[in-house]
Amino acid sequence: MFDRDKWQEILYTISKNKLRTFLTGFSVAWGIFMLIVLLGAGSGLNNGVKDRFKDTASNSIWVFGGQTALPHDGLKPGRFIFFNNRDFDEISQNTAGVEKSSGRYYLGNSNVSYDGESRTFSIRTVHPEHQFIEKTNNIKGRFINKIDIEEYRKVASIGSLVEKALFKNGEEPIGQYIQVNGIPFKVIGVFEDEGGENEQEILYLPISTAQKVFNGGEHINMFMFTIDENAGVAESKEMETIVRQKMAERHNFSIEDSRAIRFWNNVENFLKFQNLFRGIEGFIWIIGIMTIIAGIVGISNIMTIVVKERTKEIGIRKALGATPWSVISLILMESILITSVAGYIGLVLGVGVIELASQFIPENEYFLNPTIDFRVAIWATIILITAGALAGLFPARRAASIRPIVALRDE
Amino acid sequence: MIQLENIHKSYPMGKRSLKVLKGINLTINEGEMVSIMGSSGSGKSTLLNILGMLDNYDEGSYYLDKTLIKNLSETKAAIYRNKFLGFVFQSFNLISFKNAIENVALPLYYKKVNRKERNRLAAEYLEKVGLAEWATHLPNELSGGQKQRVAIARALISQPKVLLADEPTGALDSVTSLEVMKLLRNINQEGITVIIVTHENDIAEQTDRIIRLKDGQIINETEKSHV
Repeated sequence: MFDRDKWQEILYTISKNKLRTFLTGFSVAWGIFMLIVLLGAGSGLNNGVKDRFKDTASNSIWVFGGQTALPHDGLKPGRFIFFNNRDFDEISQNTAGVEKSSGRYYLGNSNVSYDGESRTFSIRTVHPEHQFIEKTNNIKGRFINKIDIEEYRKVASIGSLVEKALFKNGEEPIGQYIQVNGIPFKVIGVFEDEGGENEQEILYLPISTAQKVFNGGEHINMFMFTIDENAGVAESKEMETIVRQKMAERHNFSIEDSRAIRFWNNVENFLKFQNLFRGIEGFIWIIGIMTIIAGIVGISNIMTIVVKERTKEIGIRKALGATPWSVISLILMESILITSVAGYIGLVLGVGVIELASQFIPENEYFLNPTIDFRVAIWATIILITAGALAGLFPARRAASIRPIVALRDE
Repeated sequence: MIQLENIHKSYPMGKRSLKVLKGINLTINEGEMVSIMGSSGSGKSTLLNILGMLDNYDEGSYYLDKTLIKNLSETKAAIYRNKFLGFVFQSFNLISFKNAIENVALPLYYKKVNRKERNRLAAEYLEKVGLAEWATHLPNELSGGQKQRVAIARALISQPKVLLADEPTGALDSVTSLEVMKLLRNINQEGITVIIVTHENDIAEQTDRIIRLKDGQIINETEKSHV
């Protein structure tokens, strides 16, 4: 199959029809180029969106207190709904389907100082399981734990950028006391966060300690929880209803009231985006494959003409003892050669464009790291070779069915 | 070498079929040099095509070197053609983008002979037909007589048992025709059976036996003792 004579003949016919070969090859190269560029762009968009969700568990639901919009049980609309520790306990301990959960009590930006160094950082006061919901990675020491909550310990887990800002001399922060709004907290851990720089300029304190020390009472501003990671939109919506019912009962508002408490449903948002991007990706494949099909038809057409032009030559070969298969393989290989070489050029150019784009398009939240993964390249190669074989198939069969006498009479 | 028994062949022409061969019985012995003559439409080309396994026949049987040649698959026919037969055509049928030596070597390619051996043999056969110094010339750089000699070398290289020539001199002037016939005679003297289809009397005269066809039947055979 890979003998020199066959290649010599294939290269000969190609070189004899350079323009024609180039034009057909171009259509295939263009098809693959488009497919690669579109897929790259698609992956860029996809990565951009995934990046926005990276910080937070995509199976989490966040619940915020709101303001009632409907009168209920003799109460006027316009009441503010505030959560408290008992609400949180109800959700985290007595609600089926809730996996990890944490409340937050807002302290806002606070003054944090250590050894004369003083800066303003954002403070979050949370329960231990917050670590899983916000995807916080402990790199030193530990995160807030249950005992910290129960014993109202004055401890803090600090972001890696906080460590950098406060512990300038490279001291070991664990065990040191920092002042949060003038009150000393012991550093128990340092963390990093996939959410980027903003998420690492943060300090976490135990929510119970914060309520006590900063006069929060029983107050909780919001709480969040995760549900089963395979749960779909319907299950997440059901969880919302359960939580709304429980809160409506406890805070005396109508369950019809959509503004009394508000939800940020990551399951729904994530799946919505994911479906959107799956749709876009499917669409891209369809466009790409359609373009390639146009190329295949072009090649098939050219090969048919080639066979027609070479009818006599094929007849001579058959008279000299060429088997049908040797004729078929000659045409097939020429077709595969043109498609693969052209397709490969398209592939390389496409990947080149994607590489350039990833270097020159500034990072933003909608477009990140456009890449072509290895699998796509493999698939593209398979498609190309199949396409070449398909394109050559009909012309090759036509060539093989040429009868030598007919061919030889053909003057 | 060749034995034809009651060969019939017809071509469909619309609803009816046109009978081209109507019961041909013919025996050609090994080492004979035979010509088949007839006007156009007599069925002589069809007969040659059947002999050359380029066409099927409807009825009868055809034995080539004691092998029944009937309803062969394309692949099998290709193998037999390659093994038993050499072809020479009126229009030479050289492959235009291959030079003389590559054209001559082509049948060996289909016999899967390696390249070096192919080229060695091809050079040898070109020498034999007196074209050694034209080996690297393309067909369009050769004269008609030279082209036909290349074609003959190509037909001989696979060492066929039978050489089939379809109007081998039809496109040549009388001087080159004579040369080509001389070459064919030499080949015949080496033991290869030669069958020539022609409509020229003086070509047929140079063979051992003349078989005349008319309307799909053999009307007479003339045996000649050769000088």
